[in-house]
Amino acid sequence: MDFNDTPQEAEFRKKVRSFLEANAEKRSTLATKPKGDSGSSISSAGAPETVKGDYAAKVALDNAKEWQRKKADAGFAAILWPKEFGGYGGTPIEQVIYAQEEHDYFVHSGYFEIGIGMLGPTMMAWGKDEDKKRFLPKMITGEEIWCQLFSEPSAGSDLAGIRMKAEKNGDEWVLNGQKVWTSGAHFADYGMIVARSDPTALKHKGLTYFYVDMKTPGIEAKPIKQISGSANFNEVFFNDVRIPDSQRIGAEGDGWKVSLTTLMNERLAVGDPPGLDFDQIFEASKEIEVEDGLAVKNSEVRQKMADWYIQSRGLQYTKYRSMTALSKGQTPGPELSISKLVTASKMQDVSSYALDLMDMSGMVHQDQNPILKNLFQNGYFFSAAMRIAGGTDEVLRNIIAERVLGLPQDERSDKKLPFNELPSGKN
Amino acid sequence: MNFDFSDDQKLLRDQARKFLQDKCDRKSVRNILEDNQKNYDADLWSQISELGWTGTAIPEEYGGLGLGMLELCVIAEELGRALAPTPFSSSIYIFAEFLKSYGTDEQKKKYLSHIASGKKIGTFALSETNGKPKPNNIKTQHASDKLNGSKNPVSDGESADYIIVAANSDSNSNYNSLSLFIIDRNDPGVNIANLDTIDPTRPACTVDLKNVACERLGDEGSGWEMIDNIFNRAAVLFSFEQVGGAQVSLDEAKKYSLERFAFGKQIGAFQALKHKMADMYVKIELARSNAYYGAWALSTDSNELPIAAAGARVSASEAYNYASQENIQIHGGVGFTWEYDCHLFYRRSKLLSLNIGGIRQWKENLISNLEKRNIV
Repeated sequence: MDFNDTPQEAEFRKKVRSFLEANAEKRSTLATKPKGDSGSSISSAGAPETVKGDYAAKVALDNAKEWQRKKADAGFAAILWPKEFGGYGGTPIEQVIYAQEEHDYFVHSGYFEIGIGMLGPTMMAWGKDEDKKRFLPKMITGEEIWCQLFSEPSAGSDLAGIRMKAEKNGDEWVLNGQKVWTSGAHFADYGMIVARSDPTALKHKGLTYFYVDMKTPGIEAKPIKQISGSANFNEVFFNDVRIPDSQRIGAEGDGWKVSLTTLMNERLAVGDPPGLDFDQIFEASKEIEVEDGLAVKNSEVRQKMADWYIQSRGLQYTKYRSMTALSKGQTPGPELSISKLVTASKMQDVSSYALDLMDMSGMVHQDQNPILKNLFQNGYFFSAAMRIAGGTDEVLRNIIAERVLGLPQDERSDKKLPFNELPSGKN
Repeated sequence: MNFDFSDDQKLLRDQARKFLQDKCDRKSVRNILEDNQKNYDADLWSQISELGWTGTAIPEEYGGLGLGMLELCVIAEELGRALAPTPFSSSIYIFAEFLKSYGTDEQKKKYLSHIASGKKIGTFALSETNGKPKPNNIKTQHASDKLNGSKNPVSDGESADYIIVAANSDSNSNYNSLSLFIIDRNDPGVNIANLDTIDPTRPACTVDLKNVACERLGDEGSGWEMIDNIFNRAAVLFSFEQVGGAQVSLDEAKKYSLERFAFGKQIGAFQALKHKMADMYVKIELARSNAYYGAWALSTDSNELPIAAAGARVSASEAYNYASQENIQIHGGVGFTWEYDCHLFYRRSKLLSLNIGGIRQWKENLISNLEKRNIV
């Protein structure tokens, strides 16, 4: 047992470090006290915000594109992609090492993660050669940003329940309907979309997958303001949007299969979890007074903090176990499936408890608040979203129960009936 | 990054598991549970001693196999899975570790080879009353090379040949007045009386001492420091036992939920139970990872040990307590019968989470060690 890199890994890490040192600004050790505007270390988990104002958003996007260009030039923009599409041709452990190292720097790669992590691999697996040549290189360099148009108002956890209509008209498809929770739709150049091409087929059989130019007439993106006040997502309306059949990815009716490729490529969640954790409340407890002195000296506070510590480090060491498997060229076990489930609730518990410790001043949510600059106020809101986004707590427990423990699947009434005969609750 | 056991260690685990499936089935655990005359499974003890398990981490020069602490962690997990009714933890995790860390060469020669061979059993006597052992409630006195006092409870005391006793060498008891002494349980001044425990497969007793002859272990006045260190080492080993038992609790809950039908289907198909078992899995994986980190700290003599051990201890205690409780719940009515095995795990999990200090105490250890590290 040791935590050392293999010689090859150490060599790679050295290359990454010297690239980052030469090209990016290192975070201060006080990552708990984010520089600049409110709570950027929390919001960095999602896509960039739009409510900060158009000018600031544009500057942030330009900066991110400039950084992505440098990364691409150095070969680090898409470590797992094959070299022919501008990737590094690297291994999963190299991907993890890069993410670990980049985490220490003030850079923003969030704009490109969905494209490079999920949509690019889908195009590689199912797309036409001319499309791969045309789109993949610009996806890597950040010249073109992609978004993923999957969820709908009536298709969240039940993703295959989408209703976006795709009707064939000669050599064209006409799209009508609404997508939701789309990160980056308002600045994305292209999107990948799955739509219902045959409502009379079974739920999973009547779907078809396309890519769309986000400037196509009839597409309108509107930001969704969240309880945090920021807007990381959009709803996207499709009103008689006409696209050529050449933009279909995979066969008609194969949309669900193609979507699974996208979903399976969800970025290996081995980077550090965002923001708020044991370390932040431990630091805060040394500044906050409770009835018998500093919170850190209070027995109840210490007991609670110990629980969060074992969750936090338990997840970290679980990642080490997975990295070990990757390093040996093996597939990691199912351990990582617990990560978001534990992280999101922990963040909600930590932030809620910290606000309670702050007593009346916990009410204040603006930059003057002296304690750790709104960290816990922001976390209080962000964590509520985190327990839902990317798989709700309940869906994740089902996944663990069914796929890890092998327990029976839930009984379903939607597998045998044509989609248009399923009970839906709205007509 | 190599945060895993080696192939040899995994082979050892497979062999140990197979051996215990064969030699330590539930029937033999129940034999100890139900027989008031037996404190442990003597046949099993002599067989695992012959296999060398008791000498795993004892140096060859003192009669052991001279393997490392990681090998001992592997064995601990298997003993936990099997609910092995033996004094392994008292004699190996605690007595042997005290001797290895603080014994003189002469003491190591005198005691460790007998412990390694399993011919003799050792244990440790600290607690004297309800609540956390502290200077003000340790009354046992050392004076004129004799010990006087009363210890309660002492794990595996009835089976023990040697007992390490914590005693004050000063009537003004404080954190610098505690010392450790080794006694022979055959000394005429030693009086042992059995105590019932929440898990009779892991017995305890009272030990009364009247003018008992003793030899000092370690430096005078450094008792608390030695205890902290050895409990940290033992905590990592116990955490593997706990993870082993927790995993079997989950496995058996799952098995039952697939066999039992209600409302026309397997009860394991109900989300209420699926989600409960998912939560068991989450706690066990976190505990396993924390235990691995403890194993790393233990095997490398890292100065992270106090933090790593406390993290492993808390995480594993909570996981096993939860898994064994919810295993009964998933079994429903039969879960709280004597006939079903759920209670064996329920008993063992709670006992293991108390025997070197409760969860509350270890959480406090964890945070105070984190504070110390921050200051450094």
